[in-house]
Amino acid sequence: MLGYLIRRFLSALFAIWVVITVTFIFMHLIPGGPFQTEKAIPEAIKENIEARYKLDQPLHIQYLDYLGNVVRGDLGPSYKYRGQTVNDIISERFPVSLQLGLLTFVIAIVLGVGAGIIAALYQGRTPDYITMFFSTIGISVPSFILGTLLMYVFAFRLGLLPAAMWGTPQHVIMPAVALAGLPTAFIARLTRSSMLDVLNQDYMRTALAKGLSRLRIIWVHAVKNAIIPVITYSGPLLAAILTGSFIVENIFAVPGLGKHFVTSIYNRDYTVILGLTIFYSILLIGLNMFVDFAYTLIDPRIKLTGGKE
Amino acid sequence: MQYPKELFVRLTEKDVQAEMVRPSITYWQDAWRRLKKNPVAMISLIFIVFLLLVSLFGPYFSPYSYSDQDFDRQNQGPSMEHPFGTDSLGRDQLVRVMYGARISLSVGFVASLTTFLFGVIYGGISGYAGGRVDNIMMRIVDILYSIPFLLWVIMLMVLFREIFPATGGGAGLYSIFIALGLVFWLPMARIVRGQILSLKEQEFALAAQTIGAPKWKILFRHLIPNAMGPIIVTATLSIPEAIFAEAFLSFIGLGVSAPMASWGMLASDALSSLRSFPHLLLFPALAISVTLLAFNFLGDGLQDALDPRMRK
Repeated sequence: MLGYLIRRFLSALFAIWVVITVTFIFMHLIPGGPFQTEKAIPEAIKENIEARYKLDQPLHIQYLDYLGNVVRGDLGPSYKYRGQTVNDIISERFPVSLQLGLLTFVIAIVLGVGAGIIAALYQGRTPDYITMFFSTIGISVPSFILGTLLMYVFAFRLGLLPAAMWGTPQHVIMPAVALAGLPTAFIARLTRSSMLDVLNQDYMRTALAKGLSRLRIIWVHAVKNAIIPVITYSGPLLAAILTGSFIVENIFAVPGLGKHFVTSIYNRDYTVILGLTIFYSILLIGLNMFVDFAYTLIDPRIKLTGGKE
Repeated sequence: MQYPKELFVRLTEKDVQAEMVRPSITYWQDAWRRLKKNPVAMISLIFIVFLLLVSLFGPYFSPYSYSDQDFDRQNQGPSMEHPFGTDSLGRDQLVRVMYGARISLSVGFVASLTTFLFGVIYGGISGYAGGRVDNIMMRIVDILYSIPFLLWVIMLMVLFREIFPATGGGAGLYSIFIALGLVFWLPMARIVRGQILSLKEQEFALAAQTIGAPKWKILFRHLIPNAMGPIIVTATLSIPEAIFAEAFLSFIGLGVSAPMASWGMLASDALSSLRSFPHLLLFPALAISVTLLAFNFLGDGLQDALDPRMRK
């Protein structure tokens, strides 16, 4: 067990290192450097700027410097907004994205698992068809379409919810629903098929034969086993929420990290792009590692010896 | 002992037919037969062919080009002249949606082709070589997998935007091809590797080895053709994923450059005037969603048709 944990941790560290290195190389392949698009500036000022941001150092020194800073938790300054660091941006904006992401996560799990269970219990009947109809639409409608449609209907037509900005509970509803659409649909399908698998197992008949109530059979025996595939979907789910947030936060003008990431792409604010990519990677790799640990604990059938296959 | 020639009779084609209980059908004929019985998949296939034809030939039948501006007819709703209406520069929305189909479909097919070529070769070599080579090759895939593919694609597009500045504001269609091609083969490599791992232990692989077939021939002539079912399903399902990725990139400003119009760009342009002119969103949104739906249904249908384990 401990050996597995250590190996999993080391491979996560290695993956993070690769991501840092590759993104660093990408950013330095960009010709002209980050100040190229600025107006012509006097040579002396240019040199000062380069010294300030250590661009005058040889590449390997810059790389080691950057790596050291990342290890210490310092993701560097923003090129575009003087005086602001990537860390400032994260601490200011990430809580907003986190709230949105958590709510999305809860919606996707609760709604998706619930719908999947109902569909499986009523297999081949109306509730099943309704659930599958919506989940098929859900996996085909991209979040930016769903988001803009929601905005048109609920903000512009019905006037029920605010179209943009942040601050009150009403503001979070539409972005969260837009983000949750695809993962909810996917989880519903996943839960339905694994629930059907479990319901056909012999031990379900045994449970019925020994006189357990239907509710108890479904909750204790079926659902508990059926949601394990859903836990393995957590990785892609987190990825979907993260990349989805780039778009949805922009549509609804949510002042979160995803919106800022896209803004820094527009602004060519390379240190911020680099820093946020690394931040996102560490977040995802860390969470995925946590999920792996969690479900080896939940499901004792999973072998601990091998790596992730 | 000698066998005189007279003992042998040459069979005609007719005799062969008489011997057989029913005509033999190949794996592909069988799969096609099963696919034909799946109405949802067939409707999707017909829709995709229709979309392909419209995107190829549709623009030639339109009196407008995708960049023709008409400042007397801005933001008009659907009419006889402009069935999908016009945008904020008075451009015909129908022809722009048709051009968008061209971009989306070409992105989808190119991504699926690179997935096919690179993923199959990479996964095939990894699975067939096994041992240390397999371990290293799959570790690389795992690491690339550890962050979402869209994040890689964004990084690549940011890089290409600067390396190929000639493409203007956006990063250009070819950059999208390259960026998607560089990332999309990952799932394919995993699936092919898994298939090859189990196939190479089977008797026919051993038979090929005993008669002295070279390794590359065993891999490409014997093993990979037997894994074609899952390969085709994966390649098909990578098409909607690529179309979605292109729309996503266009939406955040990393897609094709104006005046070219992809579906993602049309949807993104529509956002600013959504309150007054919702029709600008309607058609690109429908086009994206229905196309993604059709490819997903077709992929599901192919999975049922090509996967022998599902056979009743």
